[in-house]
Amino acid sequence: MITGAKMICEALKLEGVEVVFGYPGGAALNIYDELYKQNDFKHVLVRHEQGAAHAADGYARASGKVGVAIVTSGPGFTNTLTGIATAYADSIPMVLISAQVANSLIGTDAFQEIDAVGMSRPCVKHSYLVKTIEELPRVLKEAFFIARSGRPGPVHIDIPKDITAIKGEFKYPSEVNMKTYKPTYKGNPRQIKRLASALMEAKKPLLYIGGGCISSNSSEAIRKFVEKTKVPAVCTLMGLGVLEHDNPYNLRMAGMHGSYRANMAMSECDLLISLGARFDDRITGKTSEFAKLAKIAHIDIDPTSISKIIKADFPIVGDVGSVISDLLDEVKEFEFDLSTWHSVLDRHESLYPSFSYEDSDEILKPQWVINECAKITPNANIITDVGQHQMWVAQFFKFNEPRRLSTSGGLGTMGYSIPAALGVAFAKNNEVVLNFAGDGSFLMNIQELMTLTAERKKVINIILNNAYLGMVRQWQTRFYNERYSETNLEDVQPDYEMLARSFGCDSFRVKSKDEFIKAYHECLKSPRTCVIDVVISRFEDVLPMVPAGAAIYNMILPQKLITKDSK
Amino acid sequence: MRRALSVIVENQHGVLSRVVGLFSGRGYNIDSLTVAPIAGTEFSRINIITSGDEAVFEQITKQLHKLISTYKVFEDCEFVERECVLVKINIDQNLAGLDSLLKGYNGTIAHSNDEYMTICVNDTSDRVDNFLKTIKKYNPKDCARSGVVLMEN
Repeated sequence: MITGAKMICEALKLEGVEVVFGYPGGAALNIYDELYKQNDFKHVLVRHEQGAAHAADGYARASGKVGVAIVTSGPGFTNTLTGIATAYADSIPMVLISAQVANSLIGTDAFQEIDAVGMSRPCVKHSYLVKTIEELPRVLKEAFFIARSGRPGPVHIDIPKDITAIKGEFKYPSEVNMKTYKPTYKGNPRQIKRLASALMEAKKPLLYIGGGCISSNSSEAIRKFVEKTKVPAVCTLMGLGVLEHDNPYNLRMAGMHGSYRANMAMSECDLLISLGARFDDRITGKTSEFAKLAKIAHIDIDPTSISKIIKADFPIVGDVGSVISDLLDEVKEFEFDLSTWHSVLDRHESLYPSFSYEDSDEILKPQWVINECAKITPNANIITDVGQHQMWVAQFFKFNEPRRLSTSGGLGTMGYSIPAALGVAFAKNNEVVLNFAGDGSFLMNIQELMTLTAERKKVINIILNNAYLGMVRQWQTRFYNERYSETNLEDVQPDYEMLARSFGCDSFRVKSKDEFIKAYHECLKSPRTCVIDVVISRFEDVLPMVPAGAAIYNMILPQKLITKDSK
Repeated sequence: MRRALSVIVENQHGVLSRVVGLFSGRGYNIDSLTVAPIAGTEFSRINIITSGDEAVFEQITKQLHKLISTYKVFEDCEFVERECVLVKINIDQNLAGLDSLLKGYNGTIAHSNDEYMTICVNDTSDRVDNFLKTIKKYNPKDCARSGVVLMEN
């Protein structure tokens, strides 16, 4: 017989958990007492519960394992909501354990009591309120199973304090057999055959690669498929790295800030095969104009995604890797000739290369900074925050492997990157971990620099500092007659160099290419977490850009390129 | 368009609010909702009457399927459908014709005292609607509808 708190530790050990991120508190005291006594996994004390959830998320994205966070009741839990919503939006496997007031106090508005399960319900894959010690081992087992299986996602377990104190028999189930939850992994063979026939008839087929290809570890199967069939592919922000950056069939990112070639490919294709993507509005633009000429094949493990936004002609529920391998088997004898289609795409690329920018020796351009980092550390693990810098990284960093980019795609959570980088640093020991943030987002969870220092983890943080909330400023420039309502941060910024030092980091402020290269090499040599505050061009925009609600072929393109082409 | 759904879910706390939250979170309407455990099993049956076009209804059913606690969703099938209504009327009035009205709707007097009688009718929702229109001439003081109970044929 062991206590509920001990059961939690035993379950985490049996699930192979290496690290949990958390913050103690009154209702969680029994759990934290048990954590103190064990050496099976490491607990990392974050400086804010939101950081715990983002760190678990970053760890999960980079490692492919389930991220775990533990927090206390009430505000401890509510502080994690942004983090679990972020993980939910991007289908990231996570188990969040929150302590709750004792069963006898639930519903009395006790100190630090909140209806945690009620609050998390809309943004978790599943949730549990543990009412008895007998159910605790099963609940823990199911939580990990649900988090990592099917379409992955965060699972929340709310555990009252008395449950963590009382003793019960600990029989951890060896397997899960839930009558109500059985994800479908194998695609329907008849539908796959139908799609194979359509593919062999198509003149302009196109793959559309989403984050599901990464969470299902399907990159290798997709690369094989592309190599054999020569079907070109566009990807979403979440699908970066599934195909190598320089793969000749990789048309790069599509959508609101996608390349001209990728967006035109989507608009002109006659068969669009969506792989683990969900037709987000940032990709489709105006849906009535989206891929109008194409038959749509939608492959996804989550049936609710299929035909939600764009009606699918070939709906296939299943694991992307499994379905694409089955599809390849169906077409492997066929000789594809897509040379005409490729020449059309090449022409698009020659008109407006993806991606380009006008460099300067006077003022640092963010694209140059990102390119330079990619040149010096091509295998770095990249984390971004949310905003212009996120899109520049997506456009200019050369991703050659899945799980090299951790970014908040679905929810677009500012403040994500420093705690997520902490998680990535634990998942990728001794590898370069590089965090890009804007000056706005960097401040949002800056306290986790302290955690990095305390844990002796090294992350190189690059602030692309234009003294604006840049993406909002870009929209204000173009759509609000330059009324910069509450986005100008000039003269109201902290001294990031001194601030970073106060957290125990190495820090630099750079304004030129030479200064940046020197500082970056210093960071690579340093054993500590570093911050480079990079002063960049204030009014640089992310281009191409599709205005919200416009068709994706209606892109605002870099001005110089338009001029060059029209001459 | 009126839609009927019968959802078999795990009989556990919080499951009903997951189902209801799914509707409220997406702005779908619930016209009627009934729920009770299924005897001898670990499941409950939730009956929902909603409305919406084909695309909305498809999303509703898919989302219901997606809930971890959902075992089965019956939709677009032939249902046996019943709804119960209780109507309280004052007995201090001319009640001529009430007997034949009750016979026509298979109604019964569920309760009476020296002031009121309470009538109970069990029928399909359409017929309950008709009954409520007809009973108006007896100036009902109050009425309570149960919501629809469904079972697939």
